[in-house]
Amino acid sequence: MTGTGIRIEGLTKRYGEGETAVDALKGVDMVVAPGEVVGLIGPSGSGKSTLLKSLGAVIEPTSGRMTLGDEVIYDDGWRIGDLRALRRDRIGFVFQAPYLIPFLDVTDNVALLPMLAGVPNGEARRRALDLLGALDVAHRARGMPSQLSGGEQQRVSIARALVNRPPVILADEPTAPLDSERALAVMRLLHEMAHRYETAIIVVTHDEKIIPTFKRLYHIRDGKTHEEAGEGLEFAELVHG
Amino acid sequence: MISLAGRDILHDWGKFLLTGIGLGLLIGVTLTMAGVYRGMVDDGMVLLDNSGAELWVVQQETLGPYAEPSSIYDDIYRGVLTMPGVAQAANVTYLTMQVGNRDREVRAMVVGIAPGRPGTPGWPPYLVAGRQITRSHYEAVADIASGFTLGDRIRIRRNEYTVVGLTRRMVSSGGDPMVFIPLKDAQEAQFLKDNDAVLQGRRRTSANPAFSRAGAPGVLDAVIASQSRNPSVNAVLVQLRPGYAAGEVAASIARWKHLTVHTRPEMEGILVGKLIATAARQIGMFLVILSIVSAAIVAFIIYTMTLGKIREIAVLKLIGTRNRTIASMIMQQAVGLGVIGFVVGKVAATFWAPGFPKYVLLLPGDSLVGFAGVVVICALASLIAIRTALKVDPAAAIGG
Ligand SMILES: Nc1ncnc2c1ncn2[C@@H]1O[C@H](COP(=O)(O)OP(=O)(O)OP(=O)(O)O)[C@@H](O)[C@H]1O
Ligand SMILES: [Mg+2]
Repeated sequence: MTGTGIRIEGLTKRYGEGETAVDALKGVDMVVAPGEVVGLIGPSGSGKSTLLKSLGAVIEPTSGRMTLGDEVIYDDGWRIGDLRALRRDRIGFVFQAPYLIPFLDVTDNVALLPMLAGVPNGEARRRALDLLGALDVAHRARGMPSQLSGGEQQRVSIARALVNRPPVILADEPTAPLDSERALAVMRLLHEMAHRYETAIIVVTHDEKIIPTFKRLYHIRDGKTHEEAGEGLEFAELVHG
Repeated sequence: MISLAGRDILHDWGKFLLTGIGLGLLIGVTLTMAGVYRGMVDDGMVLLDNSGAELWVVQQETLGPYAEPSSIYDDIYRGVLTMPGVAQAANVTYLTMQVGNRDREVRAMVVGIAPGRPGTPGWPPYLVAGRQITRSHYEAVADIASGFTLGDRIRIRRNEYTVVGLTRRMVSSGGDPMVFIPLKDAQEAQFLKDNDAVLQGRRRTSANPAFSRAGAPGVLDAVIASQSRNPSVNAVLVQLRPGYAAGEVAASIARWKHLTVHTRPEMEGILVGKLIATAARQIGMFLVILSIVSAAIVAFIIYTMTLGKIREIAVLKLIGTRNRTIASMIMQQAVGLGVIGFVVGKVAATFWAPGFPKYVLLLPGDSLVGFAGVVVICALASLIAIRTALKVDPAAAIGG
């Protein structure tokens, strides 16, 4: 079912109407396979955030088609019924800042997603702890977000994005506030997780330091995407080179 | 699923508790206001109970003796005693005035009680210390709320009285403690003219040739004696024989002389419906204002707390939390604040009620109504915050 990852064809988005209308996306094509991490880059105002919000099912595209696995999400004005459940079950989000819920401990920050989907608390926490282990923050499982370092918080937020095993994760400038060593560590984690959980990951970024890590990039300019080959460098080369 | 509201409260419990305490003191004031009203009603009932009367005979067309001045001749009770159905009838006077001992003065309701024995209408039904009045002059029984103690010498007008007995919860409808003295003394105190007026009256009477005719030497003295006597009381208190209907006896007394007779239900109506009606409306206004202020505080606090969580709410929505879940989180917090406030308010009111000069009666039923009111007010007050939270765009979690 996740065989095709995420695919969009001819996606457009127009904000507003009449003379003040803005065509933020003018026919975007993009395919990301399961286990693949692609970068999405482009100058300011080119439509990156608009594309990410469309992919994330928080704004509706004006036209075009999007499929997630075998499931059609949008098709020329038609959309599936429950976008909220789609976001909860099928899409993971990683933000610029960790955006953890300050009044929940680390485990419950992650376990909240399966709980929202109706998974019993015990099972949801077990899944959360598994992922916290995979991301090397299991020792902080009982801590509150404010007691964690920035890097630890970002790893918890990646665990949260992964916990419902979504076929796609959308990352919005996930390394912006980090120094280059930590930025690379986050990217390495995203690559590892994409590989381990067969997840398609799309990373919107301005960050020059991490651009060489992508094997494939989409460059967005004036509402249209252009596919480019990336360097796809190994992390060892980047850190020591 | 976990309780988001509960976790948020636990996380920020200090702020929550402080707000709850602030709100609680306000709720405490509200409960106390209700208690003050209940206390006034109860004072009125106690006043009627303790009078020992079933009928009150007063001046025609007055609401006396507690709500309006009433003055009737002090020999009317003799006639009343002969009426069918009347078991006991006794004169009584009531006069609210300053009563002092050497150190201080209190405002008290001085009750003049007819000679007799305990159980006579108007007499204090029970004492907490000392004895009833046995002499016909210059003894007093005081309520302990007056602060007087046994053996105290208290001054009422020109005379001094010795406190021989103490009562509890014998107060006027205004909450002033009662001081019982013999009827004769009370009549004198109530209708006493000042010295000059007495002297002038005497001089005028002596100068009147009609009273000092040579053939009738005793007339002048008799007239002067009758002028210095005070033949008035405020009411006659009546107890009925078993088997007689209060209304019928009252009607026959009223027919016999031109008098007004109130039954117990009528007296209750006068005390609650007329005497304390203005005070009750006053308290009602306070209750309305306090409710509005409480609602405004809860609304403001919950709204501020929600504004501080806009980003978290956007994230919660983005990851698929239902609007209903978010709305109930906010409403639960508001109601939680109300519950903390109510508990604090109830404890505070119970704690400070005895310190009030007037009786404050906290009824469990009022507390229940108060609790329901607090919950409803808090739920309503959270609506603004909920509206704001529901308008948060999940897209706001993704940078622009
Ligand atoms: N809600 C909106 N209403 C109207 N126009 C919008 C709205 N959001 C974005 N736009 C416009 O759409 C275009 C693309 O905006 P978008 O935010 O997608 O750019 P971006 O690539 O994310 O830029 P940046 O790198 O500065 O974040 C811009 O011209 C912007 O002004
Ligand atoms: Mg942007």
